[in-house]
Amino acid sequence: MRAFFDSDIWWSFTRSWVTMGSAIVAFICVAGAIAAPLLAPHNPFDLASLELMDAFKPPSWAAEGDRVYPLGTDDQGRDMLSAIMYGARVSLLVGFSATLFATVLGVSMGLLAGYLGGAVDAALMRIADIQLTFPSILVALLIDGIVRAAVPREVHDQIALFVVILAIGVSEWPKFARTVRGSTLVERNKEYVLAARVIGLGRFKIMVQHVLPNVLGPVLVIGTLNLALAILAEATLSFLGVGVPPTQPSLGTLIRIGNDFLFSGEWWITIFPGVALIIMVLSVNLLGDWLRDALNPKLR
Amino acid sequence: MSLLEVRNLRVEFPTRRGILVALDDVSFSIAPGEVLGVVGESGAGKSMTGAAIIGLLEPPGRIAGGQILLNGRRIDNLRYDEMRRIRGREIGAIFQDPLTTLNPLYTVGRQLVETITTHLPLNPAQAQARAIEWLERVGIPVAAQRIDSYPHEFSGGMRQRVVIALALCAEPKLIVADEPTTALDVSIQAQVIALLKGLARDQGTAMMLVTHDMGVIAEAADRVAVMYAGRIVEIGPVREVVKHARHPYSAGLMASIPPMDRRVDKLAAIEGSMPRLSAIPQGCAYNPRCPKIFTRCVVDRPDLIPAGTTEAACWLYAPGAPHRG
Amino acid sequence: MHREHRIVAEHMLETRDLARFFDVSRPPIQRLISREGRRTLRAVDGISFAIPKGTTLSLVGESGCGKSTVARLVVGLYGPTRGEIRFDGQSLATARADPAQRSRMQMIFQDPYASLNPRWRVADIIAEPLRAFKLVDGREAQQKRVGELLTQVGLSPLDAIKFPHEFSGGQRQRISIARALSSNPEFLVCDEPTSALDVSVQAQILNLMKDLQARLGLTFLFISHNLAVVRQVSDRIGVMYLGRIVELAPAETLFTTPRHPYTRALMEAIPDLDMTGRTRTPVGGEVPSPITPPSGCAFHPRCPLANERCRAERPELKSRADAQIACHAVEEGRAA
Repeated sequence: MRAFFDSDIWWSFTRSWVTMGSAIVAFICVAGAIAAPLLAPHNPFDLASLELMDAFKPPSWAAEGDRVYPLGTDDQGRDMLSAIMYGARVSLLVGFSATLFATVLGVSMGLLAGYLGGAVDAALMRIADIQLTFPSILVALLIDGIVRAAVPREVHDQIALFVVILAIGVSEWPKFARTVRGSTLVERNKEYVLAARVIGLGRFKIMVQHVLPNVLGPVLVIGTLNLALAILAEATLSFLGVGVPPTQPSLGTLIRIGNDFLFSGEWWITIFPGVALIIMVLSVNLLGDWLRDALNPKLR
Repeated sequence: MSLLEVRNLRVEFPTRRGILVALDDVSFSIAPGEVLGVVGESGAGKSMTGAAIIGLLEPPGRIAGGQILLNGRRIDNLRYDEMRRIRGREIGAIFQDPLTTLNPLYTVGRQLVETITTHLPLNPAQAQARAIEWLERVGIPVAAQRIDSYPHEFSGGMRQRVVIALALCAEPKLIVADEPTTALDVSIQAQVIALLKGLARDQGTAMMLVTHDMGVIAEAADRVAVMYAGRIVEIGPVREVVKHARHPYSAGLMASIPPMDRRVDKLAAIEGSMPRLSAIPQGCAYNPRCPKIFTRCVVDRPDLIPAGTTEAACWLYAPGAPHRG
Repeated sequence: MHREHRIVAEHMLETRDLARFFDVSRPPIQRLISREGRRTLRAVDGISFAIPKGTTLSLVGESGCGKSTVARLVVGLYGPTRGEIRFDGQSLATARADPAQRSRMQMIFQDPYASLNPRWRVADIIAEPLRAFKLVDGREAQQKRVGELLTQVGLSPLDAIKFPHEFSGGQRQRISIARALSSNPEFLVCDEPTSALDVSVQAQILNLMKDLQARLGLTFLFISHNLAVVRQVSDRIGVMYLGRIVELAPAETLFTTPRHPYTRALMEAIPDLDMTGRTRTPVGGEVPSPITPPSGCAFHPRCPLANERCRAERPELKSRADAQIACHAVEEGRAA
């Protein structure tokens, strides 16, 4: 622990106000989202607690606002602040899971392709290349569409969350694979790998025990930057109506719902979720940028 | 008057853990037409010295003290564009890896012509002719055709010859060569050293030859400076330093070179290793490893003291030393 | 784990007409466009030698001569294109398939910075062969053995918990040697083990290696480009040029009476530390590419004694007193 606070990384972290600021903001977002059930002033999905009379209330600082509902309410009387916190929860859940999935899949594929070479490498990289020619949103839409068509409506609603995670995860794995493959190609020829081969260790053992720890460096940076993209991707899909099920609205869903009311004057229903999304994505992005520079040995 | 004079040069690297001193009070001079070898092991500061002279110290490293004078004029405190003019015209540089010295996107001829026209008052046609002349002088066959070749079309030894031509074509007074033959095969090394030496002599160019290879120094240098932990520990005529080194480190270094002419049971090795820049001992930097250490060595840092035919930074040669080396 | 030497041969290692080619052809589309054929890099082209147990054979030569490829062939990192390798009488392939035999051979590499996994602790690096060959059971016994090995190579047992980046180049090579020794090998292939080290550190490491050889009865195959180093450690020396051995002789014979024109040229080229002021005539030309080697004797374009036969016919190693030389001029008595 001591060593961490002594290290170059911590030092560069504390030097940059922007980074520390983003870290704090990101922490608040994540904490707020995870602890939503505990911290949120209301439960927006408990239908019993909704007061239709309180619908369309503007934010508390406006003329007709109410302190009970700090950011106003939507068309059904749901408290915006609570809705945002619960929504952020879903967004983050999907974002993290999808990125984790993409990381595991991408790193494995990259490692195999780089180390085994030959036909395995060619096959995996061609699949990655083909997939990279499509914008990742389209890939996600495609997967989502296929599942929707293949599976009856009720089942789909149940598994929709997993489908979204799968869709976004699958659309992001090539980036990880490419980078890890490159690093693997470099490490494979290094003499510590040769030494392991001289002893006669099996290929998979060498890949996992020797090569993998040395190629994970850039993965952390890509993962962090991808997290922001995954959150945005989910928001986009939900905004288009093909993302998370309506029973578990994410920030994107909220933005979509609020969109209908934007031009009739109840701007807060869509703007606040939008702002929350931007803040979350921006802080994660800035953290990712700092991490990339901090871990880059050449810049040190 | 010497061509290059370095006085009490100090190079520092500010890091967050404190200031690291990479070069500490380094002084030497090079006369016109002379070849000074600078030897030392990795981390001794020899490349840093060359970089400081050319003005190519990598930040955050900086010159924190002392002076560098070229023909009596200070060059360590010049602005970037002034230094740029000096580099090339008055000082030429040869680095270790010819592949990165030459721009892979331009032909060899274009790089030569560019250098020539930048520093000499010749028109392009004259510069082209001069470039071909130079390629011939460094021993590139069919120079008139090869002038339009790209660097990757040459072999390693040939590339280094091109780099030598590039360094010499603006007719500088001083060449700083940093490990010019280390990346080459032994048989090519011999050719390139002979070439460098010959050309330097013909042009009257002085040379600072930085290397860890004593054999190259023995062949090419007139005088040699031995560096250790950022300081010069011995300097003198090459024959004297190689055969009769006075400083215990230089002596240990020469002794540890495996001899070509006989087999020895046990090579004379120096115990331990060179200290890191962050942990240089008090007094003489070599004292933890020195077999001839006495009390003064751990307290005072020695300057270069005349020791017979060389100068050594060693208290053994100061008047009043307990025993002579 | 017991070692049964089913066959006890006189030589630890033998090779016969060993060759290894690499296909370095351009991608098929480019070949189609420029109408060129396949390109083969003949890294090793017919090498035969034997290493008696307990001795050191060095292979010396310049870049591109194939000496590193020979090292990798001998430990099984590459498969031979042609020829055979016998380890203690058995075929290398058979030996490598058997863990007990495999543990008898180890390798030390050139780059001290790339030969240790930067993410592993020194203890794990050295213990890896112990675990792989199941030589020592239990963490405690393994740690003890690691400590012994570290002491044996001149480091402290306390260094075991550190990471490689905390050590200097010379110390890392010691760790590499400790790792190689942990499987109790009898045969060590050393690929330029001191080329990346400073000269005073090199002296330490060479002394250590000679000492270990004497104490443990090791057999070495030593690869280097530095003739002076090779003189200090070798019993016999093979001089390589473009994938072939041009001269193979006991160390002292090679240095006192070098016979092959390339060997002589190589010795001439080495800078004279003694400065006896001898006039040196460095050999002209450059080492040709191993993709398009010259016909006949590979050295003929640079050889002052080359004749028609040299251009046409490849010379074989022929014995002369205690040396073997592949040179027509020597055979015909034309070499002085």
